[in-house]
Amino acid sequence: MDWYSIIAQGCLIGGLYALFAVGLSLIFGIMRLVNIAHGDLITLSAFLALIAAEVLGLYPLATLIIVVPVMFALGYGLQRGVLNRTLGESILPPLLVTFGMSIVIQNVLLELFGADTHRLVVGTLETASLTLPGGVAIGVFPLIIFLVAVAVIGGLQLMFYRTDIGRAFRATSDDSVTVELMGADNRHLYGLAMAIALAVTGCAGVFLAVRTNFDPSIGPSRLIYAFEAIIIGGLGNLWGTLAGAVILGIAQSIGAAIKPDFQILAGHIAFLLVLAVRPNGLFPRMRD
Amino acid sequence: MTGPSPTAAPEASFRVERGTRASRIFMASGAVAIVVLATLPYWSDSGTTRLVAEMAYYLALAQFWNLLAGYAGLVSVGQQAFVGLGGYALFVLCSAYGFHPYLGILAAGVFAALMSLPIAFFVFRLRGAHFAVGTWVVAEACQLTVAQFSALGAGSGYSLTPAIVRTIAPDRAGRDMIFYWASLGIAVAALALVYLLLRSRVGLALTAIRDSEPASRSIGVDAFRAKLMTFVIVAFCTGLTGGLIFLQKLRVSPQAGFSLQDWTVVVIFMVVIGGIGTIEGPIIGMIIYFVLRELLADYGTWYLIVMGLVAVVFMLYAREGIWGWVAGRFHLYLFPVGRRFVRLDGAPASQRDSGPNRA
Repeated sequence: MDWYSIIAQGCLIGGLYALFAVGLSLIFGIMRLVNIAHGDLITLSAFLALIAAEVLGLYPLATLIIVVPVMFALGYGLQRGVLNRTLGESILPPLLVTFGMSIVIQNVLLELFGADTHRLVVGTLETASLTLPGGVAIGVFPLIIFLVAVAVIGGLQLMFYRTDIGRAFRATSDDSVTVELMGADNRHLYGLAMAIALAVTGCAGVFLAVRTNFDPSIGPSRLIYAFEAIIIGGLGNLWGTLAGAVILGIAQSIGAAIKPDFQILAGHIAFLLVLAVRPNGLFPRMRD
Repeated sequence: MTGPSPTAAPEASFRVERGTRASRIFMASGAVAIVVLATLPYWSDSGTTRLVAEMAYYLALAQFWNLLAGYAGLVSVGQQAFVGLGGYALFVLCSAYGFHPYLGILAAGVFAALMSLPIAFFVFRLRGAHFAVGTWVVAEACQLTVAQFSALGAGSGYSLTPAIVRTIAPDRAGRDMIFYWASLGIAVAALALVYLLLRSRVGLALTAIRDSEPASRSIGVDAFRAKLMTFVIVAFCTGLTGGLIFLQKLRVSPQAGFSLQDWTVVVIFMVVIGGIGTIEGPIIGMIIYFVLRELLADYGTWYLIVMGLVAVVFMLYAREGIWGWVAGRFHLYLFPVGRRFVRLDGAPASQRDSGPNRA
């Protein structure tokens, strides 16, 4: 077994998991909302990419210019129209509303597209690989996904710490009532936060559609990977989420090397181990 | 010292009432309904009997989830773990260790309760919504773990041998009757258990935690203990129900045993629509689910989509569900779990401590 290669592959798959997780991490950080439908919104993005590629004849990665703005608008509308109503003292409404949405999205996609698996084909990019020093070959496309994940997180960090809107996000995360007193409109801020989160989710959906087969039922497991990455990395820390995603990816990669059907279980075991040893994750920035 | 003033003996001037007239009428008619339902296999066709059996065990699952989420505040999305573990425990104990299926069902509950302790060790570290997803991960991990064992049939599943099946009853019609009564029995037991539990000290603690965890802590309620106890009790009951369900199906596989959709999604929709945090709610939600499912039987998964949309709308606009609305509007409580003070001097006081049902 070539450990170097296994770990390299695991790191790269972690890039995709980080893209899954960033949106979820972001909205929890800003408004303490755990969106159970997150995984199904990733699937929805993948299907949007499929439609854009087939109807408009776009190159698969070019569908980003359609999917990302559509998901951005959907996020804003969803938050203003539905999810803002659920925020409050009780955890039941946001949890159960997003849970219901998850089942609705999943089954509507199933009714529309059937249970067949789909995939977007990008041709040579998919098979291109380059050789790292040490003789390990890695795929160019997984590397691109990983770099996109790093760029997205870097960009979000810049937004949070260098812009006015970022300051407003951090402020409402710390104390949403006081921020309203200062004249901010939380409903709008939350709308923007969900819009940004779903724009990233849209991006994740397009990469997912190119990287793996997908069908309407894959959402829940993407939600679980995203959730595991966030809890491993620690709440409220996007770089921590990336680290968590990489750890999850490596654990799955090692599991798959031991036995193919051990891949996913190995990820869950890594998550449970971290939970047992460090309940707040490895690099927490906030408490639940 | 003068004689006792009228206010000196407050304990004598009122009594605590725990039932209502509606609840007494309901209990009596409920008992009649159960007797009538028990005779169903004698005057109905086997299709109806099987459907009512399914309704009965779903009612039990809905009551258990409601106890967990509606009262203990433990919103689990992973209860399918206990259904599956119960099902597998039953099959293993009957096939490999020669348990009689009846004893096996009980042992399935015990096994699920034992497993709930290590599961609680992990998931109780997570709060609120994260607890929910955590239980889901654990259920997935259980499913994948079971699928690793070739002795359990790995991914394809595990069947009961005809010899074991015949120990229940020699023919299919006889078995169907026994399963029917067992399912009905589990539903009645679930209602009785939840009702009695909520009227007990534990129920008082759970109601206090539901209304405000910090406030209940301040008056000495051990929230962690009450929640853990509820988690284990519900695991036992869910595992036992799982054992019964798969004894009926005669075959269990990781997919069917740990199905999120069958054992948790549907149950959550029932409780949310009927009214979370009430005992009556899951009954109503269960009936609505089966009516919808039978009506939309020819339209694929549309019944799930409709159920999901209705649940979302209820959570957004009528959080207390159908029964919460009825109870609030008509002050109707069929399973009163609270205490009501009735003054004995005839004055029309009825100050409630926690409300007959919902504060």
